[in-house]
Amino acid sequence: MGVSCRLPHMDKSAGHYANGAAPTRIRTDINGSNMTNFDALAHASHLKHLESESIHILREVAAEFRNPVMMYSIGKDSSVLLHLLQKAFYPAPPPIPLLHVDTTWKFREMIAFRDRRAQETGCRLIVHINQDGVAQGIGPFAHGATVHTDVMKTQALKQALDKYKFDAAIGGARRDEEKSRAKERVFSFRNAQHRWDPKSQRPELWNLYNARIAKGESVRVFPLSNWTELDIWLYIYREKIEVPSLYLAAERPVVERDGALIMVDDERMPLRPGEIPQMRKVRFRTLGCYPLTGAIESEADTLPAVIQEMLVARTSERQGRVIDHDPSASMEKKKQEGYF
Amino acid sequence: MRTEHDASTAIDTYLQQHETKSLLRFITCGSVDDGKSTLLGRLLYDSKLLFDDQLAALKGDSLRHGTQNGELDFALLVDGLSAEREQGITIDVAYRFFSTERRKFIVADCPGHEQYTRNMATGASTADLAVVLVDARKGLLTQTRRHTYICGLLGIRHVLLAVNKMDLVDYSEDVFHAIEADYRELADSMGIAQVSAVPLSALRGENVSSRSDCIDWYDGPSLLEHLETVQVAHVADDVGFRLPVQWVCRPDQNFRGYAGHVVAGSIAPGDEVVVLPSGARSRVARIVTAAGDLPRAGLGDPVTLTLTDERDISRGDVIAAAAQPPQAADQFAAHLLWMDEAPLLPGRSYGLKIGARTVSAQITEIKHKVDVNTQEALAAKRLELNEVGYCNISLDHAIAFESYAHCREMGAFILIDRQSNNTVAAGTLNFALRRADNIHWQHMDVDRMARARIKGQAPACLWFTGLSGSGKSTVANLVEKRLHALGYHTYMLDGDNVRHGLNRDLGFTDEDRVENIRRVAEVAKLMVDAGLIVLVSFISPFRSERRMARDLFAEGEFSEVFMDTPLAICEQRDAKGLYAKARAGEIRNFTGIDSPYESPEHPEVHLHAAERSAEAMAQQVVEALVGQS
Ligand SMILES: Nc1nc2c(ncn2[C@@H]2O[C@H](COP(=O)(O)OP(=O)(O)OP(=O)(O)O)[C@@H](O)[C@H]2O)c(=O)[nH]1
Ligand SMILES: [Mg+2]
Repeated sequence: MGVSCRLPHMDKSAGHYANGAAPTRIRTDINGSNMTNFDALAHASHLKHLESESIHILREVAAEFRNPVMMYSIGKDSSVLLHLLQKAFYPAPPPIPLLHVDTTWKFREMIAFRDRRAQETGCRLIVHINQDGVAQGIGPFAHGATVHTDVMKTQALKQALDKYKFDAAIGGARRDEEKSRAKERVFSFRNAQHRWDPKSQRPELWNLYNARIAKGESVRVFPLSNWTELDIWLYIYREKIEVPSLYLAAERPVVERDGALIMVDDERMPLRPGEIPQMRKVRFRTLGCYPLTGAIESEADTLPAVIQEMLVARTSERQGRVIDHDPSASMEKKKQEGYF
Repeated sequence: MRTEHDASTAIDTYLQQHETKSLLRFITCGSVDDGKSTLLGRLLYDSKLLFDDQLAALKGDSLRHGTQNGELDFALLVDGLSAEREQGITIDVAYRFFSTERRKFIVADCPGHEQYTRNMATGASTADLAVVLVDARKGLLTQTRRHTYICGLLGIRHVLLAVNKMDLVDYSEDVFHAIEADYRELADSMGIAQVSAVPLSALRGENVSSRSDCIDWYDGPSLLEHLETVQVAHVADDVGFRLPVQWVCRPDQNFRGYAGHVVAGSIAPGDEVVVLPSGARSRVARIVTAAGDLPRAGLGDPVTLTLTDERDISRGDVIAAAAQPPQAADQFAAHLLWMDEAPLLPGRSYGLKIGARTVSAQITEIKHKVDVNTQEALAAKRLELNEVGYCNISLDHAIAFESYAHCREMGAFILIDRQSNNTVAAGTLNFALRRADNIHWQHMDVDRMARARIKGQAPACLWFTGLSGSGKSTVANLVEKRLHALGYHTYMLDGDNVRHGLNRDLGFTDEDRVENIRRVAEVAKLMVDAGLIVLVSFISPFRSERRMARDLFAEGEFSEVFMDTPLAICEQRDAKGLYAKARAGEIRNFTGIDSPYESPEHPEVHLHAAERSAEAMAQQVVEALVGQS
């Protein structure tokens, strides 16, 4: 199940959009400001600029690398990336396959969504699971967030990159997400051990990306580097990109644990004494392993409502990620070790 | 309660507003500890765009790493690497995004340390404006000058001078004006047209987002007000349509498109285009995008073009307006910022990436390097880390280009080291040293200069002329051996290898002799084009034919070597018994017997065979060609 976003009431007869010449003033409560209503979407300069930059980057990857792959993690950023991938190479099918590193603890809806989208877009989808981790029974409940993420995500990713000998891996990370991400290049070099050295990154001037590497080395590529969370949502809205419905508020069974609302997505979740799943209207700002992804209570069950909520949000999207509350600079450390 | 209708109307409106807000990309730069990161952190903080969890983290970080005795240390908002937080410095650029009611901003906070200049250049390469910070107590420092120079080099036309730490100089008006005057002089000399100056305190937030009460003598806008209103848009030079081909789209036999984005001008179906560097012409058939064909594509649009004719076009080629084609060339004058620990070595081969094209490049000459403090041009044999030089560059392939000042995408390049694969230099093309003008009819990627260069020699034609049996071939052979031993690339054309093949159809009539020489001269010319030193050894008895041969070559490329051997000696040697046959009337039109030999009047080399040995004469020719050795 997914949501496809339509632009309701866009026909001119609705009145608001008739001729931008004499704008009708309406009041909204977004950021408490007055907004002027022109011929909506007529000018698309900022998103167009971001889209153009990302397409340029994707084409560079296809042209310069022997064996590139796109990390497909099913979330909103991945959905935007997949959309851009189709645009960049149209009318040819995307020449870059998708890779999903499945930790086996994703929301069930995510997996169904993934398989359907791969089918619809005609992209080759590679799913990799760390079978050593599965054999050892690694999971977030038994081993905690850190071990689980390391084994089932970071190690699994390295296994997959080594197995398929990918020389470039495209990811959907954005610089506005986190302070060490803000420092990373668009073409981010990794040595043969997949390590990032933040203290000696290659200079990266203009849009001239250096794709030269030696055997065994690789590059992580971030076409969405300059997008913000808001840009992502506005683009999803504008382009009518389908995203998992987990992003929209709905009644879902959750328990409150260590200050986070965790959805009970399947029977593997052991309940602590006194914990009884309750139906609450919640949604997710990011998607990952369900035991590690906190929900927020929300009434926003349409995309416009989600965007509106986001505009007045007081916390960052990473707040919902259990893994990020390790000591500060943990993201940098994880990234150095090969995490995306 | 809000309905979905309200929400989507509001979002449409918001989207529209979001879209029409202009975007300003700027950097903060200047010397170490002048307060760049603090200023940017302050701007973010004041913009009220920080989330609660980010603020909580800042409070915690300020206690742990902060330089402010537990007060908020705004620099920690942008110094995101653990090494930076531990050392209290910026190492690499941080990109941050914020917006106000009036504008959206992408800002790159650059490091001040000289060691990390390449990271500063990384940030500056995509900026429209630079905020240059100066510590009010210190004034202009070397790094202030270096950064300003790099801003100028990369084409940043607007500088906002932030005289920071005014709180430490009692908000003194005199201090501010003195620094402003110094800086204006500097910026002027570096070609930065627009400078505005603001006195501020990043730490205290004076004149950052709002005007300061402490600085009542200043009545200009605060830093943020200035950023919100400064006009940086400049009308792009009209260089005509340009699209560097990034990727050839070939889903099946029926579709062949060229994907790239428009870096200059605009294009519509039906427009005539030329492909560089091949010079092939065609017309645009369609402008294909996933959202449908476009009637016109303009600056920045990522499109896929199809043409009306089958043309051989690959990645790195440039599709351009036929009426306004760019130049193509393989030698340039360019500025280089050297960014590697290992110095630039002239003569070494580097990869050069420009647009979607990567070619091999050599720095043939460092004309000078620039002292960033005094801006003096200094002689240099190499460029060290962070030095800027003005150089001649030679490529193995001609490329279509524009000067950086006219079109960034067609004039900016990077150099990549072939061993380490590092990006070792950033460069801006100024002008072509030599145009490849022939591209308009038939372009050759590798031209004669390139071929000669790779052989490390000046190509030449040595034309040995003299009677039959005068010793031309003997001496020419010796010359070729010596040249070969010296490492030159040579080839020998004489009667034996030409008469039996190429000129098999020719006899010895005057017409045939002329045609013989014409063909040999043309072949020699091709070989000189190929970069070789060609030794031609033919009797070539007529002045006019030798003249015709000479005229095929450039000045200085052709040398006549006259084997001046008396007829009597030739006849006496008669190695092939030809003189005897000629005397007996068995051979007609034999030079020197019944056909004239016209001696050269001004041969470049005159060999007197009667007086000297063949070895001595060969030495004389070699010396005439390459000097004493
Ligand atoms: N008193 C005072 N101190 C300031 C002001 N601005 C910055 N500082 C202090 O100056 C020191 C250096 O500040 P940073 O922001 O890290 O300097 P920077 O220019 O980013 O340094 P690098 O990036 O390492 O070159 C810190 O201790 C700041 O608190 C100011 O306006 N007044
Ligand atoms: Mg700093």
